Amino acid sequence: MKRPLLIGLLAVLAIISISCSSTASAQTSPDSASYIENKGSDTIVNLALAWAEKYQSDHANVRISVTGGGSGTGIAALLNGTVDIANASRQIKGEEVEEAKSKGINPVEHIIARDAIAVIVNPENPVSQLTLKQISDIYSGKITNWSEVGGEDRPVVKLSRETNSGTHVYFLETVLRLGSKEDKTLFSMDTLLLPSSEGIIAEVRQNPNAIGYDGLGYVPKDLKMIAIAEKDGGAYVLPSIETVNDLTYPIARDLYMYTNGEPAGIVKEYLDWILSPEAQEIVAELGFVPIK
Amino acid sequence: MEKTLNWREFIITRAIKASGYSAIVFVALIFFFLLREGLPALVEVPLSTLFSVRWYPIESYFGILPLITGSIIVTIGAALIAVPFGIGTAVFISEIAPRWLREIIKPLVELLGGLPSVVLGFLGILVLSPFLRRFLDLPTGLTAFTGSLLLGGIAVPTVVSIAEDALDAVPRSYREGAWALGATRWQTIWRVTLPAARSGVLTGIMLGIGRAIGETMAVMMVTGNAPVLALTPGSLFSPARTMTATIAAEMGEVANASVHYHVLFFIGMVLFIISLIVNIAASSVVFRSKKRAERVLS
Repeated sequence: MKRPLLIGLLAVLAIISISCSSTASAQTSPDSASYIENKGSDTIVNLALAWAEKYQSDHANVRISVTGGGSGTGIAALLNGTVDIANASRQIKGEEVEEAKSKGINPVEHIIARDAIAVIVNPENPVSQLTLKQISDIYSGKITNWSEVGGEDRPVVKLSRETNSGTHVYFLETVLRLGSKEDKTLFSMDTLLLPSSEGIIAEVRQNPNAIGYDGLGYVPKDLKMIAIAEKDGGAYVLPSIETVNDLTYPIARDLYMYTNGEPAGIVKEYLDWILSPEAQEIVAELGFVPIK
Repeated sequence: MEKTLNWREFIITRAIKASGYSAIVFVALIFFFLLREGLPALVEVPLSTLFSVRWYPIESYFGILPLITGSIIVTIGAALIAVPFGIGTAVFISEIAPRWLREIIKPLVELLGGLPSVVLGFLGILVLSPFLRRFLDLPTGLTAFTGSLLLGGIAVPTVVSIAEDALDAVPRSYREGAWALGATRWQTIWRVTLPAARSGVLTGIMLGIGRAIGETMAVMMVTGNAPVLALTPGSLFSPARTMTATIAAEMGEVANASVHYHVLFFIGMVLFIISLIVNIAASSVVFRSKKRAERVLS
């Protein structure tokens, strides 16, 4: 999601792994069980790196290698037996489970964090709640004035992340297309595509016409989050750690790690640690939603 | 003794020759690379798709027309700002300002030229775009015009620097001749000095426009990047997406040798050809004016 952060983390990780390897070889050579291979979703890669970095600094004998590539890549690697943990921002598909069975692999699912997207507007904008359908209509260009959704007579300026962002694709599938695979709705052409979260936040902060979206953890306090109803007439829910975790907020998804069979040994210790309050604190720092 | 001198002479002239030719070699290699990576796009994407008005690469909409018009409108806007301002500043520095003021202004303008465009982009997002939105009553301040203003600011130092050198090189006798004929200061500047420095001034404008059309970072930050076809002058005040910003934003994540990758290189090719045309057009004007000057002198 954030390139400089990713590069920084990679650099830190590289330094740590170098220092670890030098200390490890000075003491005892690490046995194969203390090495964890972790691969998958690009959405999770920053989080997985931060976890690995922290865990390795506390457990000098464990080495964790983290790579991205996408959820599908991670699951494929798990099925081929080349990784210990696969990261995925979606659930494993039916055909992937069948392929796993034919290969004698039993993927076990662990929910490790949640990812929620908040829809944000300028605090001057009187609109404070929208249905998913209305947001979809705004972004696809069917609604072009705030008065159509109960606001002032102002044009709507739609802000989105660039098309290569995972958040953009998730928003397209979940909000614009309301989760339907057959739906081919696209972002309206005059949607502004901004290269960073900061760009969206800066524009929403100063422009009362603007509507934008961003990961819940990245939204600063001085912007207004929209309460969202999944269906017409349904309850409007503001995004928060509680509403995401009790599954009432509609634009949220679980983030997963998959292992082959119930985890054991070092992998189990690592996954248990990931669910600990210490590790879940890192989740919040990176803009995701902790599961507890 | 003489022999070593000859050897040294030989090596130095060869080295200079090689660096001269290397520029041609590099341009040729770059163009060849662009062709190799970009031309497959013509095969993989139907022409009707490539020259359509919808750019949404993750769903295979590869219409590059909005990107071309976006680049053109932002660059025209920048030129409209940079050319009068740049020439005006150059004339002021070279012809009107007293010596002590010139000593201050020229380094300051050149310092402006050294400002990283990212810094200008920040100013654009935080100061210029909110101001323009309120001042012009636009839906958003992230427009092609905002990009044009920044690009104009980036191009002005280039134009000023080169145009001022050219004006400075006009012999003093030209101006004295005009004054002796009773021309006013303005008439001298407009009718004598500027035409005499024409080729240098045109080179400055050309390089300034070249800088504007190739600039990426500042544009990506302030133009809003919405791929909307820009056909009317009014499009200057709505968001636009330029070719450079598209390549910069999307190249980092694209799969190697995919259709999207080839289309991005194709856009790079189009950009290359456009700046080639600007260069050829400008230099043909420069050469023609030289011939005329020669005619007059003979």
